[in-house]
Amino acid sequence: MSTLAFKTIGIGVTFSPNLEANINEAARFALCFSSKLVLIHVGEASEKKTNIFLRFLSPFKSKGLEFELLFQPGGPVDVILSSTKEKNIDLLIIGALKKENFLKYYLGSIARKITRQASCSVLLLINPSVKRVPCKHIVVNGLKDPKTKETLTTAFLVGHKLGVDKITVVEEIEQDEVSVKVDDDKSLRKSTIVKERLRLREEARVKKVLDTIPANYTKDMTIKSQPIFGKRGYSIGHYAQVARADLLVMNAPTKMTFWDRLFPHDIEHILTELPTDVLIVQ
Amino acid sequence: MRTKETSFVGFIKALPKNMFSGLVVSLIALPLGLGLAMASEAPPIAGVITAIVGGTIVSVLGGSFVTISGPGNGLVGVVLVAITTLGLTATYAAIICSGIILVILGFLRLGKLADYFPSSAIQGMLAAIGLIILGKQFHIMLGNKIVRDNGIDYLLEIPNTLITVISYQDKSFIYAALAGVISLAIMVFYSKIRNKYLQLIPAPMWIVIVSVGFSYYYELILQAPNPISSAYMIPGIPNIQQIITTIPTPNFEMVGTLPFWSSVIALTLIASIESLLSIKAVDKLDVSKRRSNVNKDIKALGLATVVSGFLGGLNVVTVIARSSVNVNNGGSNRSSNLFHALFLVLFILLFSTELTRIPLTALMAILVYTGYKLASPDVVRRIFTIGKEQLIIFFATLFVTLKVGLISGIVAGLIATFIIHVVVTKSLSLFIKNVLKPNVLMFKEENGSYFISVKHFCSFLNFNILKTKLEAIPEQSDVILDFSLCGFVDHSVMENVHDYQELFTKKGGNIGVIGLDILGTKSEHPFALRRLLPLQNIIPNNKTKRQNNLELIANDFELSFDPLKRKNSAFLEDFIYFKTKKVETVFNQLSAKKSPCHLFDITFSEGEFIAKEVVRSTMLYIKTSSSVPVFTLDREGLLERFYALAGYRDIAIKNHADFSKRFYLRGENAQDIRTLFTDELVLFFESNAYYHIESSKDGLLVFSKERIASIKEIKALLDFGVRLNAIINKV
Repeated sequence: MSTLAFKTIGIGVTFSPNLEANINEAARFALCFSSKLVLIHVGEASEKKTNIFLRFLSPFKSKGLEFELLFQPGGPVDVILSSTKEKNIDLLIIGALKKENFLKYYLGSIARKITRQASCSVLLLINPSVKRVPCKHIVVNGLKDPKTKETLTTAFLVGHKLGVDKITVVEEIEQDEVSVKVDDDKSLRKSTIVKERLRLREEARVKKVLDTIPANYTKDMTIKSQPIFGKRGYSIGHYAQVARADLLVMNAPTKMTFWDRLFPHDIEHILTELPTDVLIVQ
Repeated sequence: MRTKETSFVGFIKALPKNMFSGLVVSLIALPLGLGLAMASEAPPIAGVITAIVGGTIVSVLGGSFVTISGPGNGLVGVVLVAITTLGLTATYAAIICSGIILVILGFLRLGKLADYFPSSAIQGMLAAIGLIILGKQFHIMLGNKIVRDNGIDYLLEIPNTLITVISYQDKSFIYAALAGVISLAIMVFYSKIRNKYLQLIPAPMWIVIVSVGFSYYYELILQAPNPISSAYMIPGIPNIQQIITTIPTPNFEMVGTLPFWSSVIALTLIASIESLLSIKAVDKLDVSKRRSNVNKDIKALGLATVVSGFLGGLNVVTVIARSSVNVNNGGSNRSSNLFHALFLVLFILLFSTELTRIPLTALMAILVYTGYKLASPDVVRRIFTIGKEQLIIFFATLFVTLKVGLISGIVAGLIATFIIHVVVTKSLSLFIKNVLKPNVLMFKEENGSYFISVKHFCSFLNFNILKTKLEAIPEQSDVILDFSLCGFVDHSVMENVHDYQELFTKKGGNIGVIGLDILGTKSEHPFALRRLLPLQNIIPNNKTKRQNNLELIANDFELSFDPLKRKNSAFLEDFIYFKTKKVETVFNQLSAKKSPCHLFDITFSEGEFIAKEVVRSTMLYIKTSSSVPVFTLDREGLLERFYALAGYRDIAIKNHADFSKRFYLRGENAQDIRTLFTDELVLFFESNAYYHIESSKDGLLVFSKERIASIKEIKALLDFGVRLNAIINKV
């Protein structure tokens, strides 16, 4: 994404109990970014279906929402992916399923496949609601990666648009980088020093990136930098959960192979245990 | 930070103390080494060789500080099985192999094998080992040698043996049994009688001294042969030349067989578990609060085991009882371990023939007692209070170990624990799905404290993840440990976390555990809650006669009386006396807001793990207004003169030669202490009864004997305290 704005937002819709909430969330998002909303339904078009969608969309229509309905039969994954390309969608919104013991959320298999293969950014919503729940705290990754700058900028853009109070940049540092293993008091002292050095290094790096972000995005916001020593991809999700973040913004994965799913890392951890709403920036 | 030079000077300064504690330890190591080796059916000298090799190598290469290494209790059962199935020389080969595996484990940083076992299963295994030792040696102790198939059969024979003993006709057997019973009595009552002269020599050595003395009494005074049957005397102890010439060659012919490797695995497993538990327990006792490098220690123990195997010794492990004695006698670094080995060499050089005067029954009484310590009813009671399900795990491990073997026992314990966890949570997927996930998040907050959050579940299966995180935190920090995202926390974790909490508090940090109460109410969590909320005695029990009397005294001295057990013992922590001891509870307190005197009964423990001894005593604490230099004042006796040789200096007060002769005064800052001891104070001490008195920055601790004081003694103590306070405050 080069222009740093979501021009077209897509959402896959089916007739589930969450339909209204999903549409409401997507429409609010689209209004917020003044972008066009594309509702993608896998299946034949019909008068009845169109009417239902229109009924849910009508409150937003009056606020000036530009939208489009797209009906296309076929396999859900293929249809949504191809429509994304066809309609030049920048952001795809997917609702997650709730587990019975209402604390955990997970993605259905279709949603997972789409997330893995999508060429645009993806927003995973764990708790879509009809009414607006304010977003207060965003956690964003600050990995040492070429994509990070883009992700951080997007996070701040989204934060700015949604009126977020606080953004925490989490730098995950792999345990392997701490070359000293803790055995006794002496090695503990050493490893504490090494860790402190790594922290400072990471914080300096993130600060450099943060300096490039337009000032109007960052005003009125508390920005915190939090280095974490832990498993990449997993600990940031855990942190978002502990810090009660409302949105987690992450880099898109570089590559996905069969092995990545078997031995989950990075984004796959997040997909199995959705800690909160997740925005994956492509 | 200390420079190298000053730490070297410190090392040299501490050398005499360590030599002394090494000597005391060697006094236990000698009889225990002989006994342990004989219980394993190895030649008795093998135990001493083990201790000598272990003490030498581990003291040079080890990573712990105040531990003592040598032959271990836990290994008796395994070595016994190995010797009966493989034969002695092949067992040496197995010992060598297990040593090599231990070294490899150390290099792979897997020394902490024991972390992967649930603590109730380990308790069960240790109890089983205790019963194996007790069951087998009990018969020998009473002069009735029998051979049975497995541990349970030996235990079942105990009543028969008792009947046999009563009906002994042969006098020599009666004497043998008597030696055993008396020795057992010495072991049992030794820790109850707190006399400093008696306590100077460890109980096992008393047994040796008494039995050797008995033998000489018959030989020299009665001019009669030793009445104890010669079948129950220690068989010949080779002298040093014989030891060197008869070093056995390990027999590696059975290397390809299954029994060989199952012995090797059992030896390695038990050696590493026993060592690890002991190192952990000893670290708690260390006065300087150092952290042992477990992997380095395991490597050293492994190497020592290899050498010991080649020289005809057994597995070298870290041993708790001897280490506790080391700490209590002032051992402060690894040199005490070396000295213990050197003294053992000396003993063998000088007294190898005298040792044959020790009756076997007496030696086995020592083992029966250690076996009992491992399997004591206290262990069962403690586990029961944690939860009934822990008892199932405990007994499953215990019985399988006794009936089948050690490896099967520990496996049974693992399986039982896992099944119970699944039943309690009613979810198998919780464990299977999440076992490999890196479920622990740790980060440092901006204010410098650490936050740890644990997800999914935390049990013996994945405790090592949490453990590595906890290990990486400097102990002076504040830590918040949050289990609120966790669906299940098991007893092993709670116990270990509790240990870490103690460690952190000791070093000035703090671990706050949160999120467990939600867990408890939601799933009626059996392990967590019982540990967190021990039942307090809210309603006072009916008062004892002593308590009623104490109440009367309280009225006389205008103090208030509080009979309940309290944990408010923080004011005692600064005293040198409590550096190697752990205060459990304070009760029967006599105190008042306006009075500086505070009299109380106290329960404290010495040693850790199976070497733990609980002591109850009455003490007086006097809060001083001005700051008093740190000193310790004792009655001077033979022992204190002996201490002076080991580097503990007596501070002399000018013009009071009599005081200096009668009292033993000790402290870092001699100048300040001399100014404190004015003529008046010296006269006061000289004209009153002797008490042990020591000071910390803002208080004095006064007591006479390490036992609960009688009413009369308490009155005297209180009166002494009031008058002492008046004089000290004048100074």
